Amino acid sequence: MLTVTSRSTLAEMKAQQNKGLLARHPWHFALLVFALVYGWSFMRLGVDPIMFLKGFPQMGGLLRRMWPPDWAYIPAMIGPLAETAQMALLGTTFGGILAVPTVLMAARNVNSNRGIYLAARTVMNFIRTIPDILLAALFVPVLGVGPLAGAAALTLFSFGIICKLSSESIEAIDPGPLEAMDAVGSGKLSQIAFAVVPQILPQFTAHVLYVLEINVRVAGILGMVGAGGIGMWLNTSMAIFQYRKAAAIILMFFVSVMLIDYASRKLRERLI
Amino acid sequence: MIRLENVTKNFPGGVQALKDVTIEIEDGDFVVIVGMSGAGKSTMLRCINRLVEPTSGLIYIDGADITKVKGNDLRKVRAKIGMIFQTFNLVKRSSVLKNVLSGRLGRTPTWRALLGLFPESDIELAIQCLDKVEIRDKALVRADQLSGGQQQRVSIARALCQEPDIILADEPVASLDPPTSHVVMRDLKRINRELGITTLVNLHFIDLATEYADRIIGLREGELVFDGPASEVDEKTFAEIYGRPIREDDLRGGVVEDSSTDELAGSGAYSD
Repeated sequence: MLTVTSRSTLAEMKAQQNKGLLARHPWHFALLVFALVYGWSFMRLGVDPIMFLKGFPQMGGLLRRMWPPDWAYIPAMIGPLAETAQMALLGTTFGGILAVPTVLMAARNVNSNRGIYLAARTVMNFIRTIPDILLAALFVPVLGVGPLAGAAALTLFSFGIICKLSSESIEAIDPGPLEAMDAVGSGKLSQIAFAVVPQILPQFTAHVLYVLEINVRVAGILGMVGAGGIGMWLNTSMAIFQYRKAAAIILMFFVSVMLIDYASRKLRERLI
Repeated sequence: MIRLENVTKNFPGGVQALKDVTIEIEDGDFVVIVGMSGAGKSTMLRCINRLVEPTSGLIYIDGADITKVKGNDLRKVRAKIGMIFQTFNLVKRSSVLKNVLSGRLGRTPTWRALLGLFPESDIELAIQCLDKVEIRDKALVRADQLSGGQQQRVSIARALCQEPDIILADEPVASLDPPTSHVVMRDLKRINRELGITTLVNLHFIDLATEYADRIIGLREGELVFDGPASEVDEKTFAEIYGRPIREDDLRGGVVEDSSTDELAGSGAYSD
């Protein structure tokens, strides 16, 4: 009689499962797909390590032309820098305010109306597909060149991210208090105020602060499409080869981003 | 009086949680419903405040058919029924007082609830309710700072704050240790005696059932298999309800803690 080792038994068992070739070797297929996708991407973009190394000194050349930064230019740029931060602040705030009702409507454990749920989800997902710079480019013709267009773009941009992050937090809240509020005969809005808001507030605030950090960076480049802020000045000084002025702008921007990140991170640590 | 008439509940997927249950509960009774997990105890309790919709059958409270009430009428029915849960279902990040006040949401206009503007009399009532479960001094503490037993007493205070005619307690001691279980059962019993609130408690511990119940109802696989005064129940009865011999883990054990606060607390809110 044929003796089977435990190993061949396992192979037999797998064969008996009667699965297709693909189901029996999922990892091999995954690797093959990755190899194809990456290979295609590399060829398409013409990734060439040698060219990369050869080009590096050119970057050094640019940095040399930037040094020393034009310190005298800094006072003139305080205004545009403040405008950048203000765009970020207003965009984050209004985005957050708009996100609150949407996120509540887009949470299945809070909103049981399927139609409203789907509508809220659709709006959320649609807005999130539009890149920030495209939003700015779309608002410039509507609101004119300037920071208002930038703030409007950042409002929708923030709305998208805050919705995405917070709707996941809401769907993960403890359902117990919701049931308890149903049981006392509470109305929907009171239930939200008592059982949802206290559970979600720390995460929501942390998400808003995180989006503020992102927005400061994004606000810095929206000027390139005419939507206000310091990006426009950076763009101009680079275009007319005033690299030392550009360097001053970049440095100022760098320091402000670090300060805002630091403050925001400290605040977020206290919240959670 | 609560009356269930031929109540049946089928859950999607073919689980029949309640089979044609007909039962009457007298005002002021302390009734314990026993049965193994999955016997339909929780479903039966939740049919009474319509957290679960019965598939067929009728439910009357004080002669009124509440089986089909909707919207505001349903809220009014629920406002008169307090519910206590196995997992307490408190909002952990909110203060004890705010949790107890949430018991008023069935009768508080939404604008008041949203602004947190409860009438002075409600706040007084909430404090009196905390007094009744002997944790008045914890009013301003966050709920998650309390022990399990204290949290369950907060949830009893929340139910009391509804000024209910009925209290439904769904496995109120399953998450507690034996001595604390007795404290909570004693509180429920005392409140039932003192205020005449009809009380239905789901339990799977047979020693607690016989110790505290006036009347015991036994469910097995959704069917009513026993109904009688607690004095008539012995181990054999439980073995029949459970459909198997009684085991060690069907008993909670432990003894009532000696407490000097056993006497009836202030009766202001309920004296009228």
